[in-house]
Amino acid sequence: MKQFQYVRATTQQNVLDNIGRPGTKIIAGGTNLVDLMKRGVTAPDKLVDINHLPLKSIAPTKTGLHIGALALNSAVAENALVLQKQPLLSMALNAGASPQLRNMATVGGNMMQRTRCTYFYDTTMPCNKREPGTGCGALEGYNKMHAIFGTSNQCIAVHPSDMCVGLAALDAVVIIAGKKGERRIPFTEFHRLPGDHPETDNHLAPGEMILGVEIPDNNFAKHSHYLKIRDRQSYAFALVSVAAALDISGGTIRNARLAMGGVAHKPWRLFEAERSLIGKPVSEESFKHAAQIAMQGAKAYEYNAFKLRMAPAAITEALKQASGLV
Amino acid sequence: MKSKMPAMPPGCDPEAPENSRRNFLKQSALITAVALTPAAAAKAAELHVDEKIAEAFEKLPLKMEVNGKAQSLMVEPRATLLDILREQLDLTGTKKGCDHGQCGACTVHVDGHRINSCLTLGVMVNGKKITTIEGLAKGDELHPMQEAFLKHDGFQCGYCTPGQIMSAVACIREGHANSEHEIREYMSGNICRCGAYPNIVNAIQEVKQGGQAV
Repeated sequence: MKQFQYVRATTQQNVLDNIGRPGTKIIAGGTNLVDLMKRGVTAPDKLVDINHLPLKSIAPTKTGLHIGALALNSAVAENALVLQKQPLLSMALNAGASPQLRNMATVGGNMMQRTRCTYFYDTTMPCNKREPGTGCGALEGYNKMHAIFGTSNQCIAVHPSDMCVGLAALDAVVIIAGKKGERRIPFTEFHRLPGDHPETDNHLAPGEMILGVEIPDNNFAKHSHYLKIRDRQSYAFALVSVAAALDISGGTIRNARLAMGGVAHKPWRLFEAERSLIGKPVSEESFKHAAQIAMQGAKAYEYNAFKLRMAPAAITEALKQASGLV
Repeated sequence: MKSKMPAMPPGCDPEAPENSRRNFLKQSALITAVALTPAAAAKAAELHVDEKIAEAFEKLPLKMEVNGKAQSLMVEPRATLLDILREQLDLTGTKKGCDHGQCGACTVHVDGHRINSCLTLGVMVNGKKITTIEGLAKGDELHPMQEAFLKHDGFQCGYCTPGQIMSAVACIREGHANSEHEIREYMSGNICRCGAYPNIVNAIQEVKQGGQAV
């Protein structure tokens, strides 16, 4: 690993004063960053350690639940308030990584982990995300794990987070601090599609840091499910995952939230499929119809065509599980 | 070179590429030595004083408690906890498997929580309490989990075993050892190429059912 300067920040101002220059990165849990540094995929010359900032709290607000950027993935997954108000987030978190990694990884770090694929990791291969303009090894390579939505001819990698799929479904808001103060953006607008700039995974500007996320209160706690399909039963990235949340009253769907993982450069929210469910009865037919709508615009590559069948089946199954129709 | 350098904390000049900083430090150390007497300079070079001074600027202090014993070290920011345990403290029980957080052989406890020491920078555990496989037994008395792994043949080659045992202890302490299914899920961060999984699960179940303090 390349040598770097290490700065232990103690205040938010301290962090903001130290970041913003190319080559400077924030480190929290380090589970993705240190891995990438060891492989030479990224080589910062300065790391700003933010672990000493008071950003670990998980607390109710007037309208929802606030989770600090440094709250550990394991702490959020097992938090009583999260389990009571937003069990979908807990399920998503527990589907991700390993117990050891969840004890290290933070909420902010999970959001900032790179959208990536094996060609991004392999420094002997071209990759527009790692080295803009060099080409994409995955387009015509072994693209089994890759995206079927929102791709560009520059990049077809997927964002591997489970937590982020849950937060996207639950209408979370990201709280960001910069030199000019704080701003809030919808979680679904935090990550971006590759377009012509696959080197940029999200809309966090240079010089900004994540303070936390807020999830508005909802009526989904009783009917939510996170379904993750992967090559082995545990500790593997999703081939396809689905976060499903329903508000059901008297057998009728009042409201719905759906998001997918493993299918796009960002957590993939299914707005139109959600709308199709409102007012419909809880039935396999309603769910299959929503899944069909969700798949509009999907495009497969040589080795991931199976996702075109797996994804709608996963959406239907997740909705069945969430509604209790099993 | 960098005139502001001496005023900065050790290793903190953001503009200095590592090699030029190191060479600068080595050269200035020797120049200082030469300014004394030629004999002193020769002696300094012989003792690698230049190297030592350069190192002092690059390394950062790390204080931590390892298996109940206070440790005060100087480490490079890029040194992982795993490498520090193995190379600087000679605690080679903790194993380097994949070195990328995928196999769990490097699992240790930091302030009671299991983590992958291969993805943890040493400087980030400053002030914390570390427990490694060497810290589980009480003298000659093995920890119940170590006994159970022996009894149930929870290993073949043994390379993943220290990580498996550290994870297994944490698994019970976390309350995630209530069924075979739960144990398998919460032990999934520890890979065993020999495939001793059924015996590992048996060992954990026995300790859990025995109700001993772990």
